[in-house]
Amino acid sequence: MAEQYSSFTPGGTRWFLQRVTAAFLVVVLAFHFFLLHFVNHAYEVTFLGTQARMENVGYLLTMVLFLITATFHGVNGVYNALVNQGLEGTQKKAVLAVLVVASVGLVAQGTYVALTMSGMI
Amino acid sequence: MSQSYNRGLIEDFGRWKEFSAGMWAWIFHKFTGWMLIGYLFTHIAVLSTSVGAAGNEAAIMAESDVYTTTLQGLEGLFLIRLLEVGLLAVAVFHILNGLRLLMVDLGVGLEAQDKSFYASLVLTGAITVASVPTFLTGVSL
Repeated sequence: MAEQYSSFTPGGTRWFLQRVTAAFLVVVLAFHFFLLHFVNHAYEVTFLGTQARMENVGYLLTMVLFLITATFHGVNGVYNALVNQGLEGTQKKAVLAVLVVASVGLVAQGTYVALTMSGMI
Repeated sequence: MSQSYNRGLIEDFGRWKEFSAGMWAWIFHKFTGWMLIGYLFTHIAVLSTSVGAAGNEAAIMAESDVYTTTLQGLEGLFLIRLLEVGLLAVAVFHILNGLRLLMVDLGVGLEAQDKSFYASLVLTGAITVASVPTFLTGVSL
């Protein structure tokens, strides 16, 4: 069998969710990069232009979903990498708590930012 | 089927000459993952200037709001443009190797997993080099 390296326990819930979010992120991250660097250029971004994109509800929802899945995927990856390094017991619980708080904070702030961009707030 | 084997302390980088393609892929995927989650927090922090910009219609129309001036100020820096090229390279590798991992998990093309890692590297390099002109438009040292 081919040698296979992973920080995850194959078959676990976190492993599965990491794969599901990955499949979504592959498409949306490529779209995001393409739209904001090749169709529109980052150096030409203005609040007016951002607002025009974010006023489209489908785009807004896609970006918020993008934020949620990217945050989960990233933080879940970090957590598993740390567990893989041998994190255990109280330290493991403390790291998990910090990562959960950071994730919730990031998603909340990002969603708030998205709503200000769309003009809803 | 699962089997265990002693692969030693895999985080011992002193053994890097013994690393296989799969091991390098794992290291690169982890490294690029750390970069991307770090960037996501930074990205939302920078975009948070929209909170200060929203509602000031006169400044928005004049493109002098804090969001627009912050982003355009950053984009005017050559270093930021270089970092963006780096970000693209990191993101493209993570995407391509991620697709490779999905294939490995599905048991597709396991015998070619080392070749697909090399392909991910080559394709990342090609896409990154090809995008340099786009990323360096309108900026100088």
